[in-house]
Amino acid sequence: MLIQLTHEIATMTRRRWLAATAGLVLGLAAFGDARAQDTIKVGVLHSLSGTMAISETTLKDTILFLIEEQNKKGGVMGKKLEAVVVDPASNWPLFAEKARELITKDKVSVVFGCWTSVSRKSVLPVFKELNSILFYPVQYEGEESERNVFYTGAAPNQQAIPAVDYLMKDEKVQRWVLAGTDYVYPRTTNKILEAYLKSKGVKQEDIMINYTPFGHSDWQTIVADIKKFGSAGKKTAVVSTINGDANVPFYKELGNQGIKATDIPVVAFSVGEEELAGIDTKPLLGHLAAWNYFQSIKDPENEKFIKAWQAYTKNPKRVTNDPMEAHVIGFDMWVKAVEKVKSTDPDKVIDALPGIEAKNLTGGTSKMLPNHHITKPVFIGEIKANGQFDVVWKTPGLVAGDAWSKELDGSKDLIGDWVEKKCGNYNTKTNKCGGQGS
Amino acid sequence: MSTNIIDRLRAAVLALLLTVAFAAPALAGPFEDAVAKFANDDFSDTAAAVEAVAASGNPLALPIISALQEGRLVADPGSKKVFVKQADGKIIDAATGAAVDKLPDGVADVRLNNRLRRAVEAALGSLTLLSPDPARRIAAAQSVFKSHDANALPVVEEALAKETNRSAKAAFTEARAAILLFKPDVSEADKLDAIAVVKAKGDQEAMALLTSLGPDQPPLIKTAVAGAISSIQSDLAMWSMVQNAWYGISLGSVLLLAAIGLAITFGVMGVINMAHGEMVMIGAYTTFVVQEVIRTRYPGLFDVSLLIAVPLAFVVAGAIGVAIERGIIRFLYGRPLETLLATWGLSLVLQQAVRTAFGPTNREVGNPSWMSGAFELGQITITYNRLWILVFTLAVFGILLAMLRYTALGLEMRAVTQNRRMAASMGIATSRVDALTFGLGSGIAGIAGVALSQIDNVSPNLGQSYIIDSFMVVVFGGVGNLWGTLVGAFTLGIANKFLEPVAGAVLGKIAILVLIILFIQKRPRGLFALKGRAVEA
Repeated sequence: MLIQLTHEIATMTRRRWLAATAGLVLGLAAFGDARAQDTIKVGVLHSLSGTMAISETTLKDTILFLIEEQNKKGGVMGKKLEAVVVDPASNWPLFAEKARELITKDKVSVVFGCWTSVSRKSVLPVFKELNSILFYPVQYEGEESERNVFYTGAAPNQQAIPAVDYLMKDEKVQRWVLAGTDYVYPRTTNKILEAYLKSKGVKQEDIMINYTPFGHSDWQTIVADIKKFGSAGKKTAVVSTINGDANVPFYKELGNQGIKATDIPVVAFSVGEEELAGIDTKPLLGHLAAWNYFQSIKDPENEKFIKAWQAYTKNPKRVTNDPMEAHVIGFDMWVKAVEKVKSTDPDKVIDALPGIEAKNLTGGTSKMLPNHHITKPVFIGEIKANGQFDVVWKTPGLVAGDAWSKELDGSKDLIGDWVEKKCGNYNTKTNKCGGQGS
Repeated sequence: MSTNIIDRLRAAVLALLLTVAFAAPALAGPFEDAVAKFANDDFSDTAAAVEAVAASGNPLALPIISALQEGRLVADPGSKKVFVKQADGKIIDAATGAAVDKLPDGVADVRLNNRLRRAVEAALGSLTLLSPDPARRIAAAQSVFKSHDANALPVVEEALAKETNRSAKAAFTEARAAILLFKPDVSEADKLDAIAVVKAKGDQEAMALLTSLGPDQPPLIKTAVAGAISSIQSDLAMWSMVQNAWYGISLGSVLLLAAIGLAITFGVMGVINMAHGEMVMIGAYTTFVVQEVIRTRYPGLFDVSLLIAVPLAFVVAGAIGVAIERGIIRFLYGRPLETLLATWGLSLVLQQAVRTAFGPTNREVGNPSWMSGAFELGQITITYNRLWILVFTLAVFGILLAMLRYTALGLEMRAVTQNRRMAASMGIATSRVDALTFGLGSGIAGIAGVALSQIDNVSPNLGQSYIIDSFMVVVFGGVGNLWGTLVGAFTLGIANKFLEPVAGAVLGKIAILVLIILFIQKRPRGLFALKGRAVEA
């Protein structure tokens, strides 16, 4: 009896709540509509829940921060920017749904978003069909150039290849462990690296390739294998494309089993300042990472950005990382392109973007290329005890991103060129558009 | 106050002595020049400086190079002066050894990269071969073994001659053998002796040394080396079996720890609890909060932070468990599908709640000193954190078993699960027992979180990675039987670790899943099936 009564009360309150929330939502929607006329809408498509929230939440904050800064400067073409944030919840099909919602319902002019390659592949058809613009800020496996996508993260030749070159020349590494998580980015990157190493005369028996499932947490066997592989009398290094959460237990096991960077260095492509914030880095001293940006790089632009970012997040210890910088560059390029053509019409902006230059945070100027990738400097950093990186090597100038890897047979003749050839996979041998991929 | 003065006096006298004693080399220049190179902030200059300073024979060489290794060497790029920040906070000029009151503005740490770190290790190795501390002598001998630098030979022989400590003596003998092996003008007999010594060492380092010798050797040496390598190899192959077994036991203990709580909520009560992983996560976050408080308020207690976290995690996760049982699950008994959906939804709510409260990124949970590092047992490396987790798991298992067997609550729990209506008519408050049982299972999951925070990420996703494994263990072991869970966890752990080197981590995991599916086809009730009337209830 009593239970039933409380149940009824609960239902009543719930109804009232529902009504109140509905009213609120309607009010907000109306308010939004009234303002929609004089703002330019920017879509943010990053997971705020689920497994990828760990990395993507920061990128959402970055775009909100950039929009706030831009609005302080008066917006774009005299109009304020307005962010539309959606949460695709680390769910790949939901990415496509949310992208469609952003473009058709919210009528955003541009979308900044995605982290994993599978999420990018999932939204691609939507952006093509509805002809909108996506800025993709994460290092990826390459082998793609789409008219509607602008890739501001590193292609393999802007991260993986220079890192291997560094190890070969400076550390005299002769034996290679390519360790990665089992999905498309590590598999493709390792395929490219394997071809590259072999072209440099490394023998098959000196390359060990190892894949682990997502979120792998028991690294004992693999670390012992690496140790064994490294005791063949040749200098050995690990090239790690291990993704996300699996890194912390991997590095912990390395530290505990006493593998020091002086014996077997690990160079990682997915470990940045944000990932290191979750580990005690003292045992990792000297292990490496290759990126196009490090928080520790001394440059006035960078210092200004870090200061403003920490003030915005009200956290004086908040770190910055490479994909954030990619968003900074991409956002700046988009603003410049829109102001150049005085329109947010996707076709005009897409045509205007190649050739646009924007300052990066490391003292250079990045340029959008006809293949929709950008030029970037490459840095190799060593992990320091305070969780930051010490840059030990960098490329002399900026490296242009290759959409198609020169190391793979299937793609070495392909180029992406959306300016002259209007084609993402132009075959330079047959002089025809259309090769591998679509 | 007075000690301060004495300290200062002592430093001044020392500095004076050093300057007087080494005024000559300092004036002569090469040492000073070498030291000044540290200020150039160029890796090859630093490398040259390390080599020159180490070879100088200057007594300041050791303090300078160990300061460099520990990040206490700073340089002023303007004046090219280099300073050593000593461990006690005093500062000396690296070139002269004179005490300095205050560092000039704009000094920066002398930076190292891996190549330099190796050079520094090798240099320190030859500098500390004669150190009074046996542990340092052993470390020095080991780094000479790795670098097999012929210049160190006279010092190694000198040290070997007067060494009394047994393990240090062995280390020096091995270091000497390594040098002789690589030195060109050594007699064949000596080389053969050296090979025998290295062979006796028998570990992966010995293997690395022998294989790096290269093929251009006289035939006699070549066969001896090949023989030594194959003997070490077969030895290591045997040890790798032992190693796999240990890894299997260790993985089994992690599986068991994650699954014990579920063995209660799912195994004993029959509730399909998809939020079990989140209880583990809450335990891990409790550890984080405990460590955070300790770090800011009582830094001295850091080493016992886990001991404080264990009961707290039990209470926090247990209380949440009781609340879940009272608020949701008790309405859903006997409706497995609804329970599954409700607890799965609950797991998402808990994850997002933690994500909102603590942020989506990983939180740092430190390892207390007694859980860091490893020790060697024969040719296998056993890490302390894994060992402690095994001990802890067995302890939790033992306590739980005793509790179910010997306490009144345990008796009531067994009574309620075996025959609810009979138990109720005997005067047992069944709904109270249900709540407490669920709380107990959740609390144990919380304790598991404390241990897992030591080897895994502390992030809102922590629980998800254990939920499937936990169900696998409980179903495989036999629902409703704690011993089944124990045997199931260790069987799966060991099978996994023997499959992994052969099939790889991904295929290994798939193979295990397939094996379990086949097994369940054959024996639907798992390894240890409950018999009797309880099964039908």
